[in-house]
Amino acid sequence: MTKIIEVSNVSKSYGGVIANKDVSLSVKKGTITGLIGPNGSGKTTLFNSIVGYHPIDSGSIKFENNEISNLQVQEIARLGMLRTFQQTRIYGEMNCVENMLISLPHRKMSWRDRFASNTKTDYERADHLLEFVGLYEKRFLRSGSLSFGQQKLLEFAMALMNEPTVLLLDEPTAGINPTLINGLIDRLKRANTEFGITLFIIEHNMRVIMNMADTIYCLAHGEMLASGTPDEIQNNQNVVDAYLGAH
Amino acid sequence: MITQKPIFYAGLLALIIVLPFLFPTYGVQLAAMWLMIIVAMTWDMTGGQMGYNSLGNIFFYGTGMYVAALVFIGFSHDIGQYTDASGGGSFQFTDAQYFTGLFLGLIAAGFFCAVSAVVIGMLIFGLRGPYFAIGTLAVAIAAGELVSNWDWVGGGQGIALPIYPGDIDVGKKFFYFMFAGLGVSVFIFLKWLYTTRFGAAINAIRDDEEKAEAMGIHTMWYKLTTWAISAFFVGIAGGLSAFQLIHFEPLESAYQTINLGIFMVVCVLLGGKGTLWGPVIGAIVFHLFKEITWAYLLGWQWVALGGLIVVTVVYFQDGFMGWLKHQKPEWFGIRVEDSSTGKAGTAE
Repeated sequence: MTKIIEVSNVSKSYGGVIANKDVSLSVKKGTITGLIGPNGSGKTTLFNSIVGYHPIDSGSIKFENNEISNLQVQEIARLGMLRTFQQTRIYGEMNCVENMLISLPHRKMSWRDRFASNTKTDYERADHLLEFVGLYEKRFLRSGSLSFGQQKLLEFAMALMNEPTVLLLDEPTAGINPTLINGLIDRLKRANTEFGITLFIIEHNMRVIMNMADTIYCLAHGEMLASGTPDEIQNNQNVVDAYLGAH
Repeated sequence: MITQKPIFYAGLLALIIVLPFLFPTYGVQLAAMWLMIIVAMTWDMTGGQMGYNSLGNIFFYGTGMYVAALVFIGFSHDIGQYTDASGGGSFQFTDAQYFTGLFLGLIAAGFFCAVSAVVIGMLIFGLRGPYFAIGTLAVAIAAGELVSNWDWVGGGQGIALPIYPGDIDVGKKFFYFMFAGLGVSVFIFLKWLYTTRFGAAINAIRDDEEKAEAMGIHTMWYKLTTWAISAFFVGIAGGLSAFQLIHFEPLESAYQTINLGIFMVVCVLLGGKGTLWGPVIGAIVFHLFKEITWAYLLGWQWVALGGLIVVTVVYFQDGFMGWLKHQKPEWFGIRVEDSSTGKAGTAE
């Protein structure tokens, strides 16, 4: 399988704090890859580096074999790599359908398309995806009035609307009602298999990530501690120590 | 409701057409009201729909005045000689020269302002919130000072243009219908624009620009295009004002930051930011208020105006349309969750 994201020796520090040190990893096309690690281990920093939120100090980040570490957020998003936010970000004043329609893939639009109205197909796709995440009943409600969990589902649906090739999800299950988590796992898996989207997921919930991921990377203190299949990670003494504070 | 809409718009259009004939003595004020509506609607494009509060849109008004006047003069005469003599009687314009020059001037004003919006925008659209507001204000103030020291364009004296060739009353109606035509065009254009993906994209920039960027929306392109369209219309309106006023000078009439530059913002706040009708209603209410206080409360008119602004900002922060949206959300197609069933309202 081809590597769609390849991170090599990336370092990033904020002033004196080293957030990522010499981190290397790769995400294979069509898989679900997990990124775990204790709080403050540099997971979100790595995500931000990959999507171009801030420049990296050294190293290289490649997307589909092209160097992207010097590109801006929008440019990377237009290549087809999207991220969702840990603190959910939706357009709160608009209803769910409007949120979905804004998320149409602008990279595929000519400037004339930008002045066009949304087509019937756009509306159908929006409705279909809202149904997929279970928000169809709420589609005309102001999205800011939805619960936090529902907003996360909406943000996920918006990301799917954008037809990405890779989706980076920052803690998709945090703050979601435990009974809804199983449904979300199922939908993430279906996004991977049915829509063919490569997923790269930061997750704190071990049950969730062990259930979904093909490969897992574990960060601790900004450095790559371990990588492997869920089984290998679960049985890795270093990982267990890092989580229990022995490291 | 839907079937009544064409009747409503037809009635409105009829009213717009008969208004100057019903109130022939108020021709100039009615034209000024249209100017207010135009600058308020175009200000709302960036301020209300896109979340970029510009205090410098008056720059396009003033620049439109100058560009239109200079193109107009240059079409028939030498600009340097004309401004040197302050437009004194020795320069004559035939009717054909007047009208051709006027239309060329207006078109040039629109395009020049649109291009300057793109150029200035590339420099200052990196600024957000109050910094953007102050940055744009600085551009307008600086432009006023620069122009007033530029003798070729008349310096601090400004420029005097010839009066409308023909009957004075016909001239008043001519400018009324030019402003009204521009205003109606802007309204129809925006009514369409806000239903397109373009409208949705600038709303996304207003609500969460970082999210819009992360979703791959070409934010800079949208910001520049929106401001350029806005500037295009303001430039034409400024050009029209130049011909209507006959004489204008840089600081008080062209780059009048503390008058029209602020009034357009107040109009939008009064009527409701980010709505189609808000700026229109706000501009009409504001203009009536201004004319009435200027006529009957002379000496206190600025106090009354200040009072109006304070009341608006403190008690009606969302303006009239915003207030209406809260009272009657269903009129705006907004659905509120029915707490008894937990279900959303039914679809159409």
